[in-house]
Amino acid sequence: MIKIPALTKCYAPFFITFISFLGIAMTSLPTASVAKNISARATHFSLQNGMDVVVISDHRAPVVTHMVWYRVGAADETPGKSGIAHFLEHLLFKGTKEIPSGEFSKIISRNGGQDNAFTGQDMTAYFQRVSKDRLPLVMKMEADRMVNLRLTENDVVTERKVILEERRSRVDNDPSSILSEQMFAALYVSHPYGIPVIGWEDDMKKLNLQDALGFYKHYYAPNNAILVVAGDVNVDEVRKLAEETYGKNAPNNKLAKQNRPPEPKPQAARRVVLKDPRAGQATVQRFYLAPSYLTAEPGEAEALDLLMKIVGSGTTSRIYKKMVVKEKKATSAGGWYSGSGRDSGRIGVYAVAAGETPIEDAEKLLDQVLQDVAANGVTQKELDRARNAYLAEYIYGLDSQSRLARRYGSALVTGGTIQDVEEWPEKLKKVVLGDLQRVAKKYLVEKRSVTGILLPIPKEAADQAPASSSAKKS
Amino acid sequence: MRYIRLLHTIQTAISSGFLIAAFVICLSLSPNSAHAMNIQKVKSPGGIEAWLVEEHGVPLIAMRFGFKGGTTQDPKDKTGLAHFVSGMLDEGAGSLKSEEFQERVEDLAVKMSYSAGRDVFTGSFTTLSERRDEAFELLRLALNEPRFDRDAVDRIRGQIIAGLKFDANDPNKVAAKEWFKLAFAGHPYSRAAKGDEDSLKAIASEDLKNYTSRIFAKDNLKISVVGDIDADTLGGLLDKVFGKLPEKSDLISVPEAAPPYGPKRKIIQMKVPQSVAQFGHGGVKRKDKDFVAAYVLNHIIGGGGFASKLMEEVREKRGLAYSVYSYLSPMDYGAAYIGGVATQNNAVGKTLDVIQGVLSHMAQDGPTKDELENSIRYLTGSYALRFDTSSKIASQLLWIQIEDLGSDYIEKRNGLIEAVTMDIIRKVAKRLIKADGLIVTIVGQPENMTESSAPGQPG
Repeated sequence: MIKIPALTKCYAPFFITFISFLGIAMTSLPTASVAKNISARATHFSLQNGMDVVVISDHRAPVVTHMVWYRVGAADETPGKSGIAHFLEHLLFKGTKEIPSGEFSKIISRNGGQDNAFTGQDMTAYFQRVSKDRLPLVMKMEADRMVNLRLTENDVVTERKVILEERRSRVDNDPSSILSEQMFAALYVSHPYGIPVIGWEDDMKKLNLQDALGFYKHYYAPNNAILVVAGDVNVDEVRKLAEETYGKNAPNNKLAKQNRPPEPKPQAARRVVLKDPRAGQATVQRFYLAPSYLTAEPGEAEALDLLMKIVGSGTTSRIYKKMVVKEKKATSAGGWYSGSGRDSGRIGVYAVAAGETPIEDAEKLLDQVLQDVAANGVTQKELDRARNAYLAEYIYGLDSQSRLARRYGSALVTGGTIQDVEEWPEKLKKVVLGDLQRVAKKYLVEKRSVTGILLPIPKEAADQAPASSSAKKS
Repeated sequence: MRYIRLLHTIQTAISSGFLIAAFVICLSLSPNSAHAMNIQKVKSPGGIEAWLVEEHGVPLIAMRFGFKGGTTQDPKDKTGLAHFVSGMLDEGAGSLKSEEFQERVEDLAVKMSYSAGRDVFTGSFTTLSERRDEAFELLRLALNEPRFDRDAVDRIRGQIIAGLKFDANDPNKVAAKEWFKLAFAGHPYSRAAKGDEDSLKAIASEDLKNYTSRIFAKDNLKISVVGDIDADTLGGLLDKVFGKLPEKSDLISVPEAAPPYGPKRKIIQMKVPQSVAQFGHGGVKRKDKDFVAAYVLNHIIGGGGFASKLMEEVREKRGLAYSVYSYLSPMDYGAAYIGGVATQNNAVGKTLDVIQGVLSHMAQDGPTKDELENSIRYLTGSYALRFDTSSKIASQLLWIQIEDLGSDYIEKRNGLIEAVTMDIIRKVAKRLIKADGLIVTIVGQPENMTESSAPGQPG
């Protein structure tokens, strides 16, 4: 809807947006739940070979969501091979000894199922949605491609063209995506979160069969994976099927914890400016380095979630009220906190300048809101409202088995636990006003930030081929 | 992500009627399960009708409603009016000004949103059952007493205009907009749903008010409700929310659109590395006797993700695109069969050739027996997937009502699909697909392409 135009989706590369979205879902919580047909809590166990299994029962409809999450993502790529995690995700749909090339999704489809996959900085996940009687089939197929992938040179050459087209669609065709990509690169001086999940174009063009197989053989193994099944199933059924399928795959005993370069202490604010005739309106956005749930001091991440809901989420937020409603210097504005990363989180704020408003004015106002929050904190009423909103969001989340599957999967894949997900409400309740001000002061600090400015510039006549005005019949 | 549809408009636009799943089917998927969905036709004491499915497993209530008369009801010089209204219904109502209304929405954690389609204006409303009465009261205010305060109107207008500036640089949006402009020239379907800067500036509070009082009425209203509520309670709330609306809507009559056929091609220059093309021509309406077969056919051609012919030929075999798809767009006063693709500028001609080849092959020979069978297996087997949340069920039930398919449609649906034979689908392919009659819009810097060349041929 029009409150926040689609543009806001571009403030982080797609993958990251998606994951931060999961982060929000993950942070929702079970209260003393009223839900009768859905288990409010997930069951967790491990197979002999080290594979984790999570089961979430929801017996309302005879369907299941089956997901396998690998604890490997773009941040684990070796230098110069950016994009290989995502490229491999595509290639997993090719074939195995059992499944002829290109048939995986077709078999799922013939069985009335839907499938897809996604890649982030910290994880790669594959999923199918099927009627419950097809669960054994998809478990067999997914377990098969965990260890038996077969690739040809031709598969790799053709699919590489596809990911390059995907990059053009997601990034190169859209100036705000290009800017976001540059901002991430500037935000992370050393840590690989600065490299886009889809990869840099020049790296992508060189990715080859050996790169893909090397990555696959090292990281795809049951002891590096989490199975999540949500829907019309019970724990014993899933345990039995998992032992018969995934349980037969040998673990990779050479699997080592990935060594990612740490991010040095931030020393100076950075600025990235992109002038582009394709920019619709002048836009300012800013990222701050912040901890994630896994790296924060106890209580900090919860406080950041609440803080940024108050500061930047929706039309009742501080930023929107100040910039859009009161001062009318922006047509849309807001902010967010992304705390789901394994090694780091981020705070983001943005504003789209209204009419001819100079972007400097919009940026100043944005700064005023943030400084005010750091200096004076927020009100108890705002804190209560934000907390209640998260509690409600949890209950809404119960309506969707897919959402529940993602909530638990995204937590576990970065090293979180079932308890982290389920104890979140209690932790949220412990946050007090002072905590919000403290994290605001600690993290909304200039030197932790990257500011990105997107400026429309006039289309130069020379650059423009004459635009057609009418359609001609051939 | 391995695969997404880059044009998100599609899923909703499409087959309102036919993606609809049903519960009786679940029985066939899982014969021993006790899943059954009981649709109650509720009539309130005041005479408001709604379809209700009680689901007490989750403490929430999902309601969807629609008023016939969407963007086609915009006055000619005020295009974008219906869309404008959809952004204004949470901007203050009754004694609550914009900010107060929105804080109330947030305090109650109620989810409320509105959308202006071409032929129908829809609302989506979800509340926790514990906040039920207060939440329905907010909805009553929004629909019956929207304020349309000057300040809020100006703010939302500014947002829409800013959004249009972004849209104007988004090749996907431009390709779609130009396609409808070209295909339905002279008909309301050709207009930009969000309007343009001039038309939006011509819209005042009275126009917004005028739209809601003409469109929000009882005779063009359909409602579905799923969740933690019983029929009696719902009846009372229906009267409260909808009972005071006018008995009759006041709709502008919309003419039937001429079926759109080419060959026509329009190139819109934009400095992007990848061109986006939309292609298509006339389609079949939801009530057409061939709709079901056309729906199955589209699934085979470009509606079935990786199982589709377009995906196989364009992406899997040749690596020409990340996304290629097609869909049926049945509307009240016309119909279209539309597809889209995005490919680097130097491959546009080749890609359109491949697509045209797939279409012309389908028109000539139809699908293979395997393709038909696989498609039917998917469409019938995946039916239940559309019914696994209360929100999804509510949406499906609304569209069944809007399309007037009848409450037994749910039981009949898979049977209708299974009844599509090779003979039928071949005939429908011949009737539907006109590979030489495509209307194509291309946005980007396509190489070796001109507007006057035949579609798909490098110029």
